[in-house]
Amino acid sequence: MAIISFTDNLKRHVDCPPRDVAASTVMEALRQVFAENPRLGGYILDDQDRLRKHVAIFVDGALIRDRARLSDPLAPASRVDVMQALSGG
Amino acid sequence: MTTKLRVGTRKGLFIFEKSHGEWRCGEPCFLGEPVSMAMADPRNGDQYTALNLGHFGVKLHRAEAGSARWTEIAAPTFPKASDGDGPALEQIWELVPGGDRAGTLWAGTIPGGLFQSTDRGESWSLVESLWNRPEREKWMGGGYDKPGIHSICVHPHDSRLLRLAVSTGGVWESADGGANWNLTGQGLRAEFLPPDMAHDPAMQDVHRMVSCAASPDRLWIQHHNGIFRSDDGGHRWTEITGVKPSVFGFAVVVHPRDPATAWFVPGIKDEYRVPVDGRLVVNRTRDGGKTFEQLTAGLPQSKAWDLVYRHGLDIDASGEVLAFGSTTGNLWLSEDQGDHWQCLSNHLPPINVVRFDPAGPEEAPG
Repeated sequence: MAIISFTDNLKRHVDCPPRDVAASTVMEALRQVFAENPRLGGYILDDQDRLRKHVAIFVDGALIRDRARLSDPLAPASRVDVMQALSGG
Repeated sequence: MTTKLRVGTRKGLFIFEKSHGEWRCGEPCFLGEPVSMAMADPRNGDQYTALNLGHFGVKLHRAEAGSARWTEIAAPTFPKASDGDGPALEQIWELVPGGDRAGTLWAGTIPGGLFQSTDRGESWSLVESLWNRPEREKWMGGGYDKPGIHSICVHPHDSRLLRLAVSTGGVWESADGGANWNLTGQGLRAEFLPPDMAHDPAMQDVHRMVSCAASPDRLWIQHHNGIFRSDDGGHRWTEITGVKPSVFGFAVVVHPRDPATAWFVPGIKDEYRVPVDGRLVVNRTRDGGKTFEQLTAGLPQSKAWDLVYRHGLDIDASGEVLAFGSTTGNLWLSEDQGDHWQCLSNHLPPINVVRFDPAGPEEAPG
């Protein structure tokens, strides 16, 4: 199982503990989390389901490349970190 | 007379209350979060605060009358485009009650969407009849990258009659609750356009538009390059010229019962956006714009560089109390229509919006 975790700065707004996910892409992983925690979705994705401009997602330590569809692949034991980008002020 | 004032800032919401003759600030709400709009609904006391989180998007919170317990409710969202390349909400710039239609709210946003809720903000829908108007292609960002709707006037006797203003995109009217729209604004003039386009009503940079509660066909505009008055519901506008120290500014309020009385906070135009000569003044007209008084008592008259945003000035329902706040974090209040000002704080974060709560039933003006 991959594991997805969220920046502490997001936990100020929404409860979002780390979670195991069985997913082959970043979007699949997020969809699994959002299915249980729909409010979290609006904090990470914009109206068009793009990654918010000032949110950064790392997969196994590398910044994802597809911010529009979040199609970056996950390995079975990947670590996904959802962070805030410093560009957001 | 009003006793509560909401001040939305770059770093939270600060609520001032008058008690034993003094205005005092309570504990901040949403400390650290940018507040773009605040509103207390006169119909039921519902409180709303719109946030613009730097990283995590636009959020809207509601608290019931008199409660300090805030709950996140739905924020407006733009419909998903089939190619994923559609717009995304960047800011709630205006939020007003929908008159006699209980539970109805209108929100103006950046980018320039008008949204309606009929359930106290539990859900929102984009008013596509305005969004799909071809003239919207002429709209431009004014201060922000994208155009936005910052002023919505709901007619107090007919809540289906809506007038709104766009920066930049002119003045629009709907007589049927938003089903159909007319581009109005004849007589507005844009100095920032090529001369042959200066009167294009779809390209006017209205900074703020307000209507008089008792005489709602009288509207005032603080425009990018001037002050304008309408006596026919915003269809035709008269430019008010020769106003000292300048006609530039963002904010305007009108007296709730006297349509001839309005207040402005002037500054040096576009390239500076600070008070003229470092003297902070509030301009008041009592005769529909024929003459203006510069109100200065209690305001800094040298080395003051305060900028007052379009929602940074408000007047209460009695028409006696005004307040304004600046991007320098200074907040002033007057209880005599601007003749004298007291400073409530010099240490707030940059102020985006200042809003008086509606008077309670026992306090309503006669």
